[in-house]
Order: sequence, then C-alpha cells, then structure tokens
Amino acid sequence: MKNAHEIIEKNVGLFTILVLIAISIGGMAQITPLMFQQQTMTPVDGLKPYTALQMEGRDIYIREGCVGCHSQMIRPFRSETERYGHYSVAGESVWEHPFLWGSKRTGPDLARVGGRYSDEWHRVHLMNPRNVVPESNMPGFPWLAENTLDGKLTAKKLEVFRDFGVPYNDEDIAGAEEAVKGKTEMVALIAYLQSLGTALK
Amino acid sequence: MSSFWSIWITVITLGSILGCFIFLRWCLSNKTGVQEGDDMHHEFDGIIEINNQLPRWWTYLFYICIAWALIYLLLYPGLGNFKGLWNWQSSNQGILSLAESKAAVEKAKEEGVISQYDREVAQANEVFAPIFDSYYAKSIEELIQDPAALKIGQRLFSQNCSQCHGSDARGQRGFPNLTDNDWLYGGTPDKIVETLIKGRNAMMPAWLDSFGADGIEEVVAYALSLSGRKVDESLADKGKDRFVACAACHGADGKGNQMIGAPNLTDNIWLYGGREENVTETLNYGRNGVMPSFKDRLGEKKIHLVAAYVYSLSHNTAAQDAMVSKN
Repeated sequence: MKNAHEIIEKNVGLFTILVLIAISIGGMAQITPLMFQQQTMTPVDGLKPYTALQMEGRDIYIREGCVGCHSQMIRPFRSETERYGHYSVAGESVWEHPFLWGSKRTGPDLARVGGRYSDEWHRVHLMNPRNVVPESNMPGFPWLAENTLDGKLTAKKLEVFRDFGVPYNDEDIAGAEEAVKGKTEMVALIAYLQSLGTALK
Repeated sequence: MSSFWSIWITVITLGSILGCFIFLRWCLSNKTGVQEGDDMHHEFDGIIEINNQLPRWWTYLFYICIAWALIYLLLYPGLGNFKGLWNWQSSNQGILSLAESKAAVEKAKEEGVISQYDREVAQANEVFAPIFDSYYAKSIEELIQDPAALKIGQRLFSQNCSQCHGSDARGQRGFPNLTDNDWLYGGTPDKIVETLIKGRNAMMPAWLDSFGADGIEEVVAYALSLSGRKVDESLADKGKDRFVACAACHGADGKGNQMIGAPNLTDNIWLYGGREENVTETLNYGRNGVMPSFKDRLGEKKIHLVAAYVYSLSHNTAAQDAMVSKN
C-alpha cells in the first residue's frame, strides 16, 4: 500500500471516526467502570433527597449560573478542609443529576455551606453581597426576592429524579406543587444552600 | 471493584500503551513511497513539503512518555485493584459518615497505606497542635495580653466570622458589633466561648396581630423613649401599658435579658436600626437572629483563640494596639 497515512490525512470523515474511537478507549477505561462502582452508587448515611423547595432552589442555582464561580467540591487538601470542612466524597453526590461540582473557583466553595450562615445572612447577601462583605465582587440577585414560584413543574422534576433512582415517594411528588407555590425564588435558593453538605455527619 | 472491572481497566490501559508503542514504531518507517529528503509534491504558495522523519527529540519524548506511564502505573494505583508498590492513596474515599472517616484514618495508618491527605494533616498537627495546646492552657484574660495569640485569633476571625460581623468586627444591621462592649448574650470570656460553641438563636415574635398598627406605634414610641429619645409622650404613655408583654423578655425596665439574648432597649444601640421605621418593622414582623455553632468547624482550641480576639476588641489592651499597628 502506498502512503497509507495519506488516506487518513485526506478523509476528514474517516479521521473523525478514528479520533472518536481513540477517545472512547480512554472513556471505556476511565468512565464506564465508575457507573458500576459501589463507591459511586452508595449514598452516605445521612443523605436525604432534596425537598420540593430545595429542588426548585437548585434549579435557580443552575439558572443563575452560580456554578460558574462556585465549586461544590472540597478537595482532600488540608488547606481546603481547614476552611470548608471534610473533603467531599462520592457518596454525597449519588443523587445529583447532574452534579454541580464545578471547577471555577472565583468564589468560595459551597459544598458545605449549609448551616454556615443564617437564612437572613443569605437573604441580605443575595440582595447585594457588599451589604455584608464589602470586599465581595459577587453580583447581587435582587430579583430572586420578587419572583415567585408557581410550582407547576415541581412534581415533574421530582418524578424525573425518581426515574434516576432518587427515593421519592408518591406523597413527596403529590405535595410538591403545594410545597413551593407562592414562595419566592429567594426562599427556595436559600433552602437549597442551607442543605448543602449537611449529609456527611 | 469487582475483578471483571479490574481486568477491564488493566487490559484497556496496558493495551493502549502498547498500541501507542506499536503506532510509534510503525510511523518511524517510511511508507510514503517517497525517498527520505525528497519532495512530497505538496505545494502551496511556493512552499513545498519534504519527506522528513519525526524529529528525533520528539520520538524520544514519546518513548519517555511510554516509560513514564509504565513506571507510574507500577508505583501508583491505576490498574484496577492493583494498589501500586508505594501503597499510596489521596484520601479515604468511600466513607459514608464522619465516624467512618475517622476509622479509615486509623486503618490506613495500621496497614501502612500512605494516605496523602492524612499525612498532610498529621504533619500539620505535629507543628500546630502544641501551639494551640499552649494557648488553650492559658486563660482568655491572659491571652488578650499576647499579640501573637490575638493575631491567630484575628486570622481565624477573618476567615470564619467576618462575613457577618465585618472584617473590622463592627458588624452591621442584623449582625452585632463586637467592639462596643454591648453584649446580647453576655460578654465574659466564658459567655463568648459559649456563644461560639453552641451558636445562638434569637426569637423576637411578630406583634402586629396582637397590638394592631396603632398599638405598634405606641410601643415604638415607648421603646424609643427608654433610651432617652424624643417621642410623643401621650403615645409613649399608652405604649408603656402594652410593654408588659415585652417585659417578659426585655425586662420591666427594658434592660434586656442576656440569658435569652433579649437586647437592652435603654442604651440606644440598635441591632436592626434605631429609626422609628426600623423599630416598627422589628415589632411588626419579628426578628430571628442566628449565630451558627462553630464547635465542629473550628474545635474548642481555635474557638478559645477567636474568643480571646473578640474579647480583646472591647477590652482594648496594649497588645491589641501593638497587633493593629503591626498590620
């Protein structure tokens, strides 16, 4: 065969397929086994599914792009655990779909922010962070206090999570709309934040 | 990990390293049908491609990478269940509670596993534990004379407390000023430590329903008069009668009760603002001041130092001044 390599060089489609195969081999060794590991499938002892309100808060967290500046992953370094608490473990994330570990650490890590501040602090801080932390460069989110939830999709969200294997029962799903209806997005987000990292006890 | 997945990972990993090696060897021989150094007949803008081998340094780099990968996989965990010759791990993953985490640290130590995180913590403890111990052995009254102790306390304060109480500890609306020697739950060293360890939950109920808007106006007038503010006296007189309900927590004289964190209303220091509209809002809707517990986060020894720093702020000592000027 004359200049076999030229066949790949001149056929973009073929080249793409070969690249995809090469990448999949890596994925097969690194990603596939994780889906069947005891470690990544067993929840930590204290893990509870998000309440309807926390679930809505989580979606607001995603919508407002909090994950773009805040990670939720305390790495096993002393410098991090001194500040944030015990390092994150896989069992805390088994019911996260998708997980919000993030990787951009502009703001502090939020993996264990639950219980660290009072609800009132979060409210003031989210309205305008500089009201409590003058040095902060985080934007304010004042509209969260004005927007109210109608809860129309909340039950559906819990159902989807149940399909993923999160143990919601029929009562949780039936009461979901009632639990969030009329509450502000601010309240939901704070409820979510206060739940973070409290499962590892 | 089941042996199936262990073998799966091992075979793919070693197989792909071998594959890289074979590819490299294969690419090193000339398969173009063009002699080494001859024109490949690719021309663009007068630039022509010559058939050259991979640069030698680049070829060696590939060999080094392959060797590196094999050595790494021999020493560190990477091939399924094989833990590597160094018995190294980053941390104790797979724990399900803090108790299990503690047990895992001990177990790793017994089995001679090098857990990098545990080792980092143990090394730090060796250096820092004696320092914290020696400060813990001293009373807070002693510590406020010691600039080095206060400096540690201040660092801990900046990291854990300043988000609410401010980096200068002067607080702000809703979050108490710690420098003014006005204390909601008591300002003795013991009380400060207690506040840090247990946290505090204040509960001022809402009064709008029971007093009505007029009633609130009267009570506000009376409450403001307690600290000598000018108010409509006829309103304040009426408010005084209603104040019986408030006296349960704030005391008949309005001087508060540190047992339950009920503020002194006579000193003209206002946690939620002292303007008439602020006090009205407080009475209408109530307030819930929360100080979180720091027992698990900092531990008693660090809390001792934070408490010393906080205590020093209102018991201004030479040491405190020395520390401030050093900053």
